[in-house]
Amino acid sequence: MLKVISANKALAEAVKLAKPKVVPVYPITPQTTISEYLASFVADGELKAEYIMVESEHSAISAALGASGTGVRVFTATSSQGLALMHEILFAAAGLRAPIVMGNANRALSAPLSIWNDQQDSISQRDSGWMQFFAENAQEALDFILQAYRISEDQDVLLPSMVCVDGFILTHTVEPVDIPSQEDVDKFLPPYQPTHSYLDPEHPMSIGTFTDPDYYMDARYDMEVAMEGAVDVIKKVNKEFEEVFGRKYDLVEKYKCEDAEIILVAMGSICGTIKAVVDDLRDKGEKIGLLKVIAFRPFPREDIYNAVKNAERIAVLDKNISMGIGGVLFNEIKAKMDVDASGFILGLGGRDVSPEDILKIIEKTRNPTDTHKINWIGIKEEE
Amino acid sequence: MEIPEEEFLAPGHRGCAGCGATIGVRLALKMLGKNTVAVSATGCLEVITTPYPETSWKIPWIHVAFENAGAVASGVERALKSQGKDDVTVVTFAGDGGTADIGLQSLSGAMERGHNLIYICYDNEAYMNTGVQRSGATPYGASTTTSPHGKESFGEDKPKKNIPMIMAAHGVPYVATASISYPEDFMKKVKKAKEVEGPAYIHLHQPCTTGWGFDPSQTIELGRLAVETGSWILYEIEDGEFNITYRPMQRKPVNTYLESQKRFKHLKDEEKQKIQEYVDQVCAELKI
Amino acid sequence: MTSIGATVKEPGSSKYNKTGSWRTFKPILDKEKCIKCENCILFCPEGCINKEYDIDYDYCKGCGICAEECPVKAIKMERE
Repeated sequence: MLKVISANKALAEAVKLAKPKVVPVYPITPQTTISEYLASFVADGELKAEYIMVESEHSAISAALGASGTGVRVFTATSSQGLALMHEILFAAAGLRAPIVMGNANRALSAPLSIWNDQQDSISQRDSGWMQFFAENAQEALDFILQAYRISEDQDVLLPSMVCVDGFILTHTVEPVDIPSQEDVDKFLPPYQPTHSYLDPEHPMSIGTFTDPDYYMDARYDMEVAMEGAVDVIKKVNKEFEEVFGRKYDLVEKYKCEDAEIILVAMGSICGTIKAVVDDLRDKGEKIGLLKVIAFRPFPREDIYNAVKNAERIAVLDKNISMGIGGVLFNEIKAKMDVDASGFILGLGGRDVSPEDILKIIEKTRNPTDTHKINWIGIKEEE
Repeated sequence: MEIPEEEFLAPGHRGCAGCGATIGVRLALKMLGKNTVAVSATGCLEVITTPYPETSWKIPWIHVAFENAGAVASGVERALKSQGKDDVTVVTFAGDGGTADIGLQSLSGAMERGHNLIYICYDNEAYMNTGVQRSGATPYGASTTTSPHGKESFGEDKPKKNIPMIMAAHGVPYVATASISYPEDFMKKVKKAKEVEGPAYIHLHQPCTTGWGFDPSQTIELGRLAVETGSWILYEIEDGEFNITYRPMQRKPVNTYLESQKRFKHLKDEEKQKIQEYVDQVCAELKI
Repeated sequence: MTSIGATVKEPGSSKYNKTGSWRTFKPILDKEKCIKCENCILFCPEGCINKEYDIDYDYCKGCGICAEECPVKAIKMERE
């Protein structure tokens, strides 16, 4: 059914269709409306879930982990400061192999305090063992939630995942979204039936034990194997998704990359702007393309490399910065493959990114000076 | 009273010889039975009972972190409810550090939301697992590694944070204090906690041979001295109604309790007098 | 090989760790003197005294609480 809704509403609709049993929530801008939609679904009996209004995000993820450990499907959502507050437990959730799915509205981290969009919050959790999927629009927000449950709960993965939507840009603007039927979702997403850990007096087990050096490292190794293996699981799930819903996805999306001389690499809603600029330049005969990275974790090394290896130069756009070394996506791409790339920092704290900024980036990429330099686009101090 | 025979905490755990925490858990689980799920905060109990690949727990058990036992238990309780398993009891074990200090927020949230669970704080009055550091529950005058007595200090200079009363202020239907040295009183309270609809909080006083400095064989005797001197009072609050559940026949002087432990040995007469006065005051109000 | 999430699926498996090797003193219970008050059963931190008042020496750490709390002094701590 086609409806004109925000990414937050789309996310909530997806969660309703996924039928989690426990939903702990705590408000934070710009995620709050996800929790509010879910609250009204529960209040109207459309979603049969235990809705827990916890007293902090740390408790939200803790309650989610307790419930997931018990053996049920769960959901929570957060952003920025809330995600940062969850940090400790994100590692615990991944280590306990709990297939929690979380919605994250990408928002800048304090200080200075900002409620506006950038991707620092989820990027800063990249070591946690969580998978991360970045949505470009509201449809993807919905679709990725459904896929995330399927991927996380896969026996070969069993890692939690977050679906990232750019704060305000996606969370609070409306667009047409195709909401699938419960029947179709049930075809795609089976109920959660864990065998690795659950809390049942008939089969007592101890979850969250204390490991000494003889055991810890192997558990972490197993997680890495699962994370790397998730690449194949994601591709498998993408195919299953296409068969039921007709929409095609992969770990990345190649937009006019085949013969591109310059390819821009980015994540999230900014890809919408970039696509418009690419179309414009293509009309003028310029060979420009966009590689949209959907899965940031697991890091889709092969997919990225195969998409960009034939370009002359690439520009990697980061809505985040790791102080002292530059944008994270840029650095990870440079570390994992041999490509001629320039890195750009933009859009921090909701600083607007215009088509003109994209053109500037393309220009700088065409004529690079020092590719190790961290290029900042849009700050007020001009060089 | 009829003591159930079955043990739900297996031996072989790494607790100190004479550990009071495992006594408390054994007694509690005997009353709660097989149809129970336990949640632990990080601390002595959690670490001594679950050194991978072994576990002492014979019931399902989950541990996540130090400060979130209340929140994890909330999630477990709701999950069990969503599975239709309303008859499974959720019990949380956390130390005084994981309850009075770092765990206070998540405990408060759980109590306020009215989850159907039992929270038992095993109070050994310091961060014992990490080597006897001061917590909000460390009593006045105690020497710990972060509140040591020295030339310019007599140890902990703040009174014990009154967690049971804080819980009562949440309007929780059942709040009680208990001691491992009064097992029947404790087990009766655990039974009441199980039967109550909604949250129940039990604050269990637990002498610690290693942290308090006494011979392991004296664990139960120390807990008894605490109650007999009025230093620890056994009461329960049922739906707001306060009742003392044990009154010592003749209250012993506080010194008999203080002088049996290394952590108080350094106290001068004037400090011990202060403690006696404070205990006298509290007991007078409660007619003990 | 560590299990998924380091979850332990065998309840009570700490029983494989025989803590009896920790002790220096060993409690000896005189069943003639015993009045079956259950104190020692309740107060043992290991729970290694059974309903028949047999002490499981595989686990007894020799803490001496049972001897201390026996009202008729039916338990004596002997150096091993």
